[in-house]
Amino acid sequence: MNLHEFQGKELFAQYGLPVSNSKVIYEAEDAQKACRDIGGSKWVVKAQVHAGGRGKAGGVELVDTPEDAISFAKKWLGKRLVTYQTDEKGQLVNSVLIEECTDIAEELYLSAVVDRDSQRVVFIGSSEGGVNIEEVAKNSPEKIIYEPIDPLCGAQGFQARKIAKVLKLNNEQTKQFTPMLKNLMKLFIEKDLSLLEINPLVITSGGLLHCLDAKINIDSNAIYRQPEIAEMHDPSQEDPRESEAAKNDLSYVSLDGNIGCMVNGAGLAMGTMDTIKYFGGNPANFLDVGGTATQERVTKAFKIILDDPEVKVVLVNIFGGIVRCDLIAEGVLAAIEEVGVEIPVVVRLEGNNADLGSEILSKANIKIESINNLGDAAKKAVELAK
Amino acid sequence: MSILVNKDTRVIVQGFTGSQATLHSEQAIEYGTNIVGGITPGKGGQTHLGKPVFDTMDEAVKSVQPNASLIFVPAPFCKDSILEAAESGIELIVCITEGVPTLDMLDVKKRVDELDITLIGPNCPGLITPGEAKLGIMPASIHMQGSIGIISRSGTLTYEAVKQTTDLGFGQSSCVGIGGDPIPGSSFIDILKLFENDPQTEAIVMVGEIGGTAEEDAAEFIKNNVSKPVISYIAGQTAPAGKRMGHAGAIIAGGKGTAADKISKLKECGVHVADNLTEIGSTVAKVIKK
Repeated sequence: MNLHEFQGKELFAQYGLPVSNSKVIYEAEDAQKACRDIGGSKWVVKAQVHAGGRGKAGGVELVDTPEDAISFAKKWLGKRLVTYQTDEKGQLVNSVLIEECTDIAEELYLSAVVDRDSQRVVFIGSSEGGVNIEEVAKNSPEKIIYEPIDPLCGAQGFQARKIAKVLKLNNEQTKQFTPMLKNLMKLFIEKDLSLLEINPLVITSGGLLHCLDAKINIDSNAIYRQPEIAEMHDPSQEDPRESEAAKNDLSYVSLDGNIGCMVNGAGLAMGTMDTIKYFGGNPANFLDVGGTATQERVTKAFKIILDDPEVKVVLVNIFGGIVRCDLIAEGVLAAIEEVGVEIPVVVRLEGNNADLGSEILSKANIKIESINNLGDAAKKAVELAK
Repeated sequence: MSILVNKDTRVIVQGFTGSQATLHSEQAIEYGTNIVGGITPGKGGQTHLGKPVFDTMDEAVKSVQPNASLIFVPAPFCKDSILEAAESGIELIVCITEGVPTLDMLDVKKRVDELDITLIGPNCPGLITPGEAKLGIMPASIHMQGSIGIISRSGTLTYEAVKQTTDLGFGQSSCVGIGGDPIPGSSFIDILKLFENDPQTEAIVMVGEIGGTAEEDAAEFIKNNVSKPVISYIAGQTAPAGKRMGHAGAIIAGGKGTAADKISKLKECGVHVADNLTEIGSTVAKVIKK
């Protein structure tokens, strides 16, 4: 689960990290009061969406008057911001962050992720901030440090000093950085983060470290023990079909093809998409109905797939493990009946009682192609989608 | 011979009296798995599926001497259960549960490595040695005793590989689902080592998917350490970048871990890659003439 920048900064503030004075507004007219409350004579206004690249897309501006802050808010609130990280529809802006302006001397980079190779939380730092870090990693890897943190010992002072060298901090800044690193690690562990990125971490004209941005992802598996974080969830930032699916414990990702896929298991779902592509077709989605393909879940899945107007044919691929295929076949039939599916459906059942399942499907009065071989089923779906 | 489990393995089931554990334990017992009891805190002293229930692993170890544990407890309690088994000296722990927080696994993985214990999973179908023992949720009927060792990150894809090798008459020595989480208890490499040393295994099928670099690391290991033929299939060739595809592991970040990367690395290291999901079995047949 992703957080907005302002939510990330709230967490930073809770952990004693230096962030700017700021206010979040949801209505344009509140911008004036927000500017006055913050004080000063210059403000940074930032559209809040779950995507990077906002600055280049016009979603971040420096304003000199509260009136300009109002017009920025009017321009963006309720609109969709398209950046290089979003799709062509962009992300809905429903809040704007107004911050006091920070004078920047240097821009640095700091992040932390769970690294699969070292099986540790790893901090990544670079003196080259405010830019695309992948470029830095490719062109000048010596400017990046990777520092793994032992899960039981936590972040130590020597590790902060080590990272500080690569960030080219002076002695004063290194002293400021040491508790920052420890607190960031504490935040990472206590709030079940999967990613944390401060790009840029800046040195102000006064010589102090300051967090100018905050990108935080939370481990979805751990939301159950993070009620405060769960409150921060903003469904408007997600594809509506994807969030509808998530509500029903279905895993759905929308794609741009025309063959709807319903599969049990994430790996087999990807394998099915690949098979469709291999035979010249294009999958409309990834959909994992989960280990137990009950009638209720299959019905929900059909509804979500058919909600996509591009879908010309549905390919159902179920490997009945523990669940018997005859039960699945009955579930598929009932679901098709309930939803009123008008387009062709190709069903491939394999595993437990597969023959019985196919027999049930072939006797039904609905237009279903029951094919037990995955290759043949995919070919048929591709042919019907043309 | 086989790897990790056989008919003599003494299995204890953690979370024994829950509905999933009951269903799968029943099937495992029917398959011939030597389940010696189970653990459900608060239900010690009862009998379930004809086997004794204990409150703690400590009591179970003293009373029925298990050497493998099969875990079905809900995700919030998996860290506790895995550590309980590990600290009690259980040599093999199989955790089926999905949804275990990643940070829990960081701590757990460090501890089981220190104790030199084999952990399979979490978020996996488990493992099976056909004809001998089944510690997991896979359908028994598609398996057949034979010569192919199967390792996979995904449940239903494992079944696909199993079915195809059974249909062609090869059968399996053992099948291990290592799970799709970012921090798995065992890696492809851990299991490849075991299959390489198992005389029953003639060839190995490794089913991978996009995300991370586990397949690339395995490829490098195979090149230097595995003498048996390895056949591989990688799922997710059509997955778009940056999208999470159900498994926490199956995400392509920053252009790393794509199917194309993995396939070219595997081929470079001498692995036989099936172009398509439907061709795993036929690729095995091409590689080892039956």
